[in-house]
Amino acid sequence: MSQDILAGLAVILEEVAGVDPADVTPEKTFIDDLDVDSLSMVEVVVAAEEKFTVKIPDDDVKSLKTVGDAVSYIQRAGVAA
Amino acid sequence: MTGGARLLGLGVYRPARVVTNDELAQRVDTSDAWIQSRTGIATRRIADDEETTVAMGAAAAEKALAAAGLTPDAVDLVIGATCTAPSQIPGTGPQIAHRVGASRAGAFDINGGCAGFSYGVSAAADMVRAGGVRHVLVVATERLSDYTDWDDRSTCILLADGAGATVVGPAETDEIGPAVWGHDGSRPDVIRVPGGGDNLFRMEGQAVFRWAISLVPTVRQICARAGVAPEELAGIVPHQANLRIVEALATGIGATNAVVARDVIDSGNTSAASIPLGFARLLETGEIRRGDPVLLFGFGAGLTFCGQVVRCP
Repeated sequence: MSQDILAGLAVILEEVAGVDPADVTPEKTFIDDLDVDSLSMVEVVVAAEEKFTVKIPDDDVKSLKTVGDAVSYIQRAGVAA
Repeated sequence: MTGGARLLGLGVYRPARVVTNDELAQRVDTSDAWIQSRTGIATRRIADDEETTVAMGAAAAEKALAAAGLTPDAVDLVIGATCTAPSQIPGTGPQIAHRVGASRAGAFDINGGCAGFSYGVSAAADMVRAGGVRHVLVVATERLSDYTDWDDRSTCILLADGAGATVVGPAETDEIGPAVWGHDGSRPDVIRVPGGGDNLFRMEGQAVFRWAISLVPTVRQICARAGVAPEELAGIVPHQANLRIVEALATGIGATNAVVARDVIDSGNTSAASIPLGFARLLETGEIRRGDPVLLFGFGAGLTFCGQVVRCP
């Protein structure tokens, strides 16, 4: 499950911000390691909501620093839904 | 007999003064590289004292009339579309009508924020189709610089001035598709001029960005209502808020054969005026031609949105 989410995020990050999927690993930070700026992060979140059928409110986006944070958030939100 | 409606001509006015990103960086902590990467904006036009909303609107309206091959006495109605009139009262419509010599015309304003032009075209088209009027001038004119906080680096880099107008008139075959519109009036605070002594524009940029890029399904619906597949579009003219939003919407709907208006690069965000300014630019450069299907989509303060597919005048 978490591997599917990770792979899905890698596809989104490549489409939205041109990130090499090989670089998308759980410990990477969006802003510093993957060079995803704040607006791209919003695009990633909107695409992830659609892809994984979850809701990620603005207030929660700020807490998603690393790829791993996002994977576990989506996993929890998916289970809750 | 009820007929169709179409755009008969388009005209724009761009203020003379060009303000660069470097010029803004002298006042607020920002840079050309930062502004271009986040917004796509390289320059914007800022009006001088003579370039009022009415003066700019009238100049655009005269060009739209000339493009339509009409004299001012052919105009039945002038609709001013603005959210930056110099004062609440009076509206710009009657003053623009007077300036262009549309002496027979009725006149009023609408405030649809950045969607004002699309709302105006929709209203005008329905009036023409109903047969009550023949020629309606829709004039979007904005002086956002009057409401700009030049010390707020998150908004002063975006806002700009300008005007664009079109004449909507009768046609045997309808060339203005059904409007798709809606609102999220639960969020009046994300784009606002507070009033009560605070007359400066405020915006929660990321919230607006998120809302705007989530409108892709709405934009697809505009195509569906018009019976035009996204890949059949020759052009897309979203409100020129920010190049990132423009490109996200264009890519999101899969308009693979359309040229995309990127006038925001040179002109900044001119609210309701941005759609006619962007549309006119594509016509001026010859990237779209008479009869081509073009999608217009306005979205912004309210929050409110409106769009339609039209054929090029």
